[in-house]
Order: sequence, then C-alpha cells, then structure tokens
Amino acid sequence: MENTEDILFRTLADPTRRAIFGRLCREGELTVTALTAQAGISQPAVSKHLGVLKQAGLVRDRHEGRQTHYSAERAALAPLIDWTKQMTGFWESRFDDLEDLLKRMDQ
Amino acid sequence: MSETSKEVLTAVVERNMPHPPEKVWRALTQPHLIEEWLMKNDFQPVVGHRFNLRGEWGGVLDCEVLTIEPNRKLAYSWDYVHEDAAYDLRSVVTLTLTPTDTGTHLRMEQSGFRPGQRQAYGGAKLGWQQFLEKLEQVAGKAG
Repeated sequence: MENTEDILFRTLADPTRRAIFGRLCREGELTVTALTAQAGISQPAVSKHLGVLKQAGLVRDRHEGRQTHYSAERAALAPLIDWTKQMTGFWESRFDDLEDLLKRMDQ
Repeated sequence: MSETSKEVLTAVVERNMPHPPEKVWRALTQPHLIEEWLMKNDFQPVVGHRFNLRGEWGGVLDCEVLTIEPNRKLAYSWDYVHEDAAYDLRSVVTLTLTPTDTGTHLRMEQSGFRPGQRQAYGGAKLGWQQFLEKLEQVAGKAG
C-alpha cells in the first residue's frame, strides 16, 4: 500500500503541480480561470492537475455558482515536515499552557 | 527490521519557570492538571501504569509510566500506533526538573523512532531536502 509520504512526494514531483500549489499557498483561494491565466497551459490541463492535488489532500474545492474555487490545504504537508521541529513546536506551546496553569495554581 | 533502518528522532524543549519544583511536579502528575496544559488522560504516578492521552484532534496516545522520581524526574512512553508510517511513532518523553534560584528549570526530551520507516525514504529524503525547506516556509504552522 502506498503511504502518505509517497503520495505527497509523487504529487509534488511535477513542477506544474508544485507551481499551482505554491500559488494557492501564496495567494489564497483562486478559480481555475485565474490559475490558468498564469500557468501557461490549457484550462483542462490545470483542472487535471487540480484533481491530482485534491486526491492527495493538498487542495480543497468550493463550488459557488458556476465557478469552483480552489485553496491550499497546508496541513496535508505535515507528514513531510521535519518531525523534530514539529514536536518542538508542540511542546513549546504546551509549556506556554503549563506556565499559564502554574500562574493560576495555589502554592 | 534492523536498527540502522530506523530514523531516530529527538526533540528537546527547556524552560525556566518561576515556580518551585514541588508545584511544577503537581502540574505534571495530577490528571486534572495535566488535562489543562497537555491532554485528557488517566495518568497515575505509578511506574508501570498504562494510560492514554487523548488529543483534541481525536488521536489517542498509548503511554506507560517508566520513571517516577518525585519533584525531579518523570518519564513515560508516548506511542502513536498508525498503519501509515508517516504517523506511526514509538517514543519516550522524559521531563526533568532542576531547582534554580528563581524556581525550576524544566527540560523535556522526547526521543524515539518510526517503526514503519523504510530505508528508501532516507535516500529519497536527501534529494528533497531543499524543496522541503521551502515547503516548510510556505506551510508555516502546518504541523
């Protein structure tokens, strides 16, 4: 069975898909039309790439009227992000809450 | 699986807290207090006691108390069993308290490995390092 990392690596190995995902991360929600304007490829090709990104959980779509709006699902990158940094961030924020608790506690 | 194919993971967080070790110890070992800063739990300060930490995201961690040295040191296992190697984790969390002039120096060390980690990933990872660093910048608080 292909695991999450494999799927993410394979999906983002394609430079066009990476560019589309990068734009959605930087610019927020965009329509296929807006994405096609800068992608340098046809609208059906952009739609196909968006479909692959969606299957990998990297983008989500929202239908509004005749338009579909796409946005980046950044949390999907979590398995690729350095574990140590992730856990350090987790414990830093837990320690923030621990300090708040200690302030509220009696001696 | 051989020892070399496992990716050893270590995270360390240290902080000085303006509270005596006895008070910090209570916050680390009383279930209703642990819940306030960490997660819902059925912790007991007894070596060998098995308990769960339940995250708000729905995940459940399997834990076992390994060390209890009141006001000084607490260690428990911190395992997350998942069929996907990207999430599966076996680790140990060690919390060490050292008294200081102003309170307590608290040190957290979590170390472990992902049992499902495949060797191929290690090689693939090198080529992807730069790209991943960029992704991390983009992703910000994705974790």
